[in-house]
Amino acid sequence: MSEGLISLSNVSRFYEMGGETIKALDGVDLTINKNEYVAVIGASGSGKSTMMNILGCLDKPTGGDYVLNGTAVSSMADNQLSSIRNKEIGFIFQSFNLLGRATALANVIQPLIYRGEGRRKRKQMAMDALERVGLKGREGHLPNQLSGGQRQRVAIARALVTNPTIILADEPTGNLDSSTTVEILALFDDLIKNGHTIIVVTHEHDIAQRCKRAITISDGKIISDKVK
Amino acid sequence: MSIMRHTESLILAVVSLRANLMRSILTTLGIIVGVASVIAVISIMQGFAHSITQQFENMGSNTVIVRPYVSFKDQLSGKTAQLTVNDLDAIGRYIEGIDIIIPAIDQRGVRLSYKGQNTTLQFVRGTVTGYDDMNNHYPENGRFMIPSDDAFSRKVIVLGADNRKDLDLPETPAGEYVQVNSQWYKVVGEMEKTDAFLGFSQDNVAFIPFQNAVAIMREQAQRNMFFMIKATNLDDSTVLIAQIERLLRKRHKIRKGDKDDFQIDTSEQLKEQFEGILDTMTLVVAAIVGVSLLVGGIGIMNIMLVSVTERTREIGICKALGATRSDILIQFLAEAVALCLLGGLVGIAIGFGLGKMVGALVPSLPEIVVPLWAILLSLGFSSAVGVLFGIVPASKAANLDPIQALHYE
Repeated sequence: MSEGLISLSNVSRFYEMGGETIKALDGVDLTINKNEYVAVIGASGSGKSTMMNILGCLDKPTGGDYVLNGTAVSSMADNQLSSIRNKEIGFIFQSFNLLGRATALANVIQPLIYRGEGRRKRKQMAMDALERVGLKGREGHLPNQLSGGQRQRVAIARALVTNPTIILADEPTGNLDSSTTVEILALFDDLIKNGHTIIVVTHEHDIAQRCKRAITISDGKIISDKVK
Repeated sequence: MSIMRHTESLILAVVSLRANLMRSILTTLGIIVGVASVIAVISIMQGFAHSITQQFENMGSNTVIVRPYVSFKDQLSGKTAQLTVNDLDAIGRYIEGIDIIIPAIDQRGVRLSYKGQNTTLQFVRGTVTGYDDMNNHYPENGRFMIPSDDAFSRKVIVLGADNRKDLDLPETPAGEYVQVNSQWYKVVGEMEKTDAFLGFSQDNVAFIPFQNAVAIMREQAQRNMFFMIKATNLDDSTVLIAQIERLLRKRHKIRKGDKDDFQIDTSEQLKEQFEGILDTMTLVVAAIVGVSLLVGGIGIMNIMLVSVTERTREIGICKALGATRSDILIQFLAEAVALCLLGGLVGIAIGFGLGKMVGALVPSLPEIVVPLWAILLSLGFSSAVGVLFGIVPASKAANLDPIQALHYE
């Protein structure tokens, strides 16, 4: 088995629902290397959300092994998973998931608080991250004072600020218009150039087109894995 | 590092309470009311305790008071108790160690009139020369009773300090004539002001010769008679009390095993009794306040539970960003405690204000001071309420599943 940044071997996730076992993921083997730009594609109900939850350490697999950046995370306790999420993973969500009552700056600072970063240092880090996504000067705005594209940029800054091993984006442009989508995808391209690893979960094929690698999931199984 | 994370939680808590300022204030109202009442009541009680202590200090600690006594149960079955002038003579003649014995009769609800002005006195006390010395209470102007007043049943009256104002009497009332229940009395003196007792003025009274009171009250006199006795020996009033008790039991023909129909108190005992009553009142009030704090706490728990549900998604986000269970738990606990502490602080301010106000309305109360222990107790109790009632919502928040919380609409 090759040791990549992410390595799933025979990972499955079953749910019990009304006495029936639902196989959301069923024996998935997957290796993703550093600086890859991967799209996970699938229809709704295909298991891609479960895949995202497992990759993001929000959920634990029922069976199989998940090694993230050299750490076996499949058997970790909740609190350890929290710290892994904080260190290794930057989340970007379809609905942005910003804290509504906190300013852009405070939103970006939030993960650094859980990391225990000092007050002055984390403010500096957050300002840098906001500058990278082109939101310098907007740090005092509340999410509802920002446009959809700007909100997603705040979310990206929040994902970047901890310098995570992987950036996990779940339908990142699903709530954005086409021109903003282009901006955000351009930003992703920049991140790839700068050495980040991005996994985008999407059902839009034109987004998947931009990725170097496209993994298609259906019925909990990987049915295709194409590298361009 | 973890301490820093927790101060962070407290800051976050304050921020989120500020965001819902109106709700926060309403939520903590129960705590505010509870703590305000604790502080007000304690400060007023302390004031009263202080004034009572002074009251009894005036009386002197070696004073013994003998009064008729029937238990409430016996009163209901029509029994009465009385002391007589003969009892007075007997005590004076046969008991050793008495410096002076002063009889007195109180007639309650007496009307006092002067040139068309009326006032109802708390009581008219019939007594004799020496009463003023015994009670450390002297005429401001004019004189007190002299022995011949009593001997000749002279119709003279010594007014209390409130009477002159109530009846529009001249500056020096001595020499004027007033009516006591339609009998004419000549004013010979006016007493100095006394401290109010439990907030009530004690100056709405008047004094007449003992014999006059006996004549006016007739058969009622013996039930309302009491003796104030000053012992020669300052320390040992117990022997004196035992002697008086034996004598009176014999005179009243009380059989062995039956209860006394009189009560003998020392001023020290009375003081202790009053302090005991105050303590009980404080306890009762404290219990009521405790209940109100409990109710306030339930209110806080209720709102915190609502708040957790409202912020489910926010909790999910924080968990995705790396918040551990204890981060979330402490954040919500900090919010509950901050709410309660806020309520406690506002309550202390209001309670202090209330105490001051009562102090201003009741001039006889000494300076209202809120003791430090009451403040610390209030704050401690409020934060305890916060922790107690915050723990359920906080652990509910901490145990949320991040995936479900993130998708909560």
